[in-house]
Amino acid sequence: MMKRVNKKRNKEGRWQTKRSGGNFVDKLHAYRNLHAHALFSSLGRLVASRFSSAMTIVVLAIAISLASGFYILVANFQQLSGNLEASNQISLFLKDEVSEVRASKFADSIRKNPDIQEVKLITKEQALAEFQAYSGFADAVKALKKNPLPAVIQVLPKNSFENEQALEVLLDDFKRMAEVDFAQMDMQWVKRLQSIIGLARRGVTLLSLLLGAGVLFITANTIRLELYNRRDEVVIAKLVGATNGFICRPFLYSGFWIGFFSGVMAWFIVTTIMLFLKQSIENLSRLYDDSFHVLFLGFTETVSLLLISSVLGVLGSWIVLHFQLRQLKPE
Amino acid sequence: MLKFDNVSMRYPGAGDVLRNVSFHLERGEMAFLTGHSGAGKSTLLKLIAVIERCSRGQVLLDGENLNQAKDRRIPFIRRKVGLIFQDYKLLQDRTVFDNVALPLVIAGYGTHEVARRVRAALDKVGLKGKERKYPAVLSGGEQQRVGIARAVVNKPPLIVADEPTGNLDPELSAEIMYLFEQFQQVGVTVLIASHDISLITQMNHRILKLDHGQLVAG
Repeated sequence: MMKRVNKKRNKEGRWQTKRSGGNFVDKLHAYRNLHAHALFSSLGRLVASRFSSAMTIVVLAIAISLASGFYILVANFQQLSGNLEASNQISLFLKDEVSEVRASKFADSIRKNPDIQEVKLITKEQALAEFQAYSGFADAVKALKKNPLPAVIQVLPKNSFENEQALEVLLDDFKRMAEVDFAQMDMQWVKRLQSIIGLARRGVTLLSLLLGAGVLFITANTIRLELYNRRDEVVIAKLVGATNGFICRPFLYSGFWIGFFSGVMAWFIVTTIMLFLKQSIENLSRLYDDSFHVLFLGFTETVSLLLISSVLGVLGSWIVLHFQLRQLKPE
Repeated sequence: MLKFDNVSMRYPGAGDVLRNVSFHLERGEMAFLTGHSGAGKSTLLKLIAVIERCSRGQVLLDGENLNQAKDRRIPFIRRKVGLIFQDYKLLQDRTVFDNVALPLVIAGYGTHEVARRVRAALDKVGLKGKERKYPAVLSGGEQQRVGIARAVVNKPPLIVADEPTGNLDPELSAEIMYLFEQFQQVGVTVLIASHDISLITQMNHRILKLDHGQLVAG
């Protein structure tokens, strides 16, 4: 009789120590329910403490909108310079006393240079005709007694001249020639603009990293406070056998929501700013043949924005949980 | 079921809190742990729940050496031990049902299984029909019953209670102790720390007595 009772107890003991009960489908549902519960209960807690949540989210949204706002501004400027092709074309403005014949001979001599791909002579008369046609100052030009424009030779060095220094040397050589009054690289400003934009893009990357770190630590601090407020719950859960994963889950979801909502709000901030700027930018664009259209955050950019801010939120709370959960010990 | 083998516990700066404590609780046995304040009762219970680890000797639960258990194993060890506290440790913002369901939810039971077991456990401790109430509206005795229901809902082989009747009047205390006896009768091992000597001597169970960290009886 005694033996039978013991056996029953043993059997019960083994059964009792199983990690979980119920059939597989039931457990799967339970696991899904746990996640759904954590997802929505963390959202509920966010809503319950709406004042402090709203403050945190606004701060994060401002940080995220700064980074993404600069990004979209740089993208707009890039569009501006993208239409322009930077070539190495050099313009040689000839001295006034250089005759047309001499100018033509000079052009021929440049053509013989093996480094030069193309040479084009624009005489004083051609220059004047062109100026009258395109500048809108035709009447003013007619009033002049003498053609004030110099003859110009447009020189296009070979493509092998990628090296900036070699170009500078070539430019200096031209400057020293007797016929040449003034020599300049036509599209140098495009290159300058492009390098400025390159610099701005690098700046945006650095700024984004910095602000991203800010978002990370602000979320971490918010979650740290939440963890502190709910320490009794955490301790009790630990005492009745909760794994760290179980305890972390709702906090990770809180981090997700904070990041996600900050991303959504940042999107609205950036879009509002761009809408605000749109009118004046388009007025400006109309003066330049409508070549420029305001870029907004596109689909890919919006998805990346939401993804990055959500990931930062989750990561921020993970950092806190990793370092602080161990300190929350039952007493 | 539970075996202490020459266990000593030393806190830095506080000296030995437990000294060479050895005892063995058989499966289905019920025992009281008693002793003056500071005798080491709480420390001994902490070793069972792996809140602390002993400095020397070993604690075996169901044959497993708790001293050598890895951190990730601790939650699963705790699921084998139903813990009951003097201050009940209930979540005030959750209903009685949710409080009792917590260990089952943690262990990953399905919704139907959770509901079934919670109702059974509440029935067992005499709180049927109070599922939707919040702990704050219950009396001390009822709150402790909720704590007990939470401890047994997962059917652990061992129940450990730390001064479970410390905040209750003698009549309620006796009822609670009777409840523990019922669990013992279905094969659960029960260890209750208490300094209510008059109550525990009436109960006719094994008494482990600690004095300045040493086991002097039991």
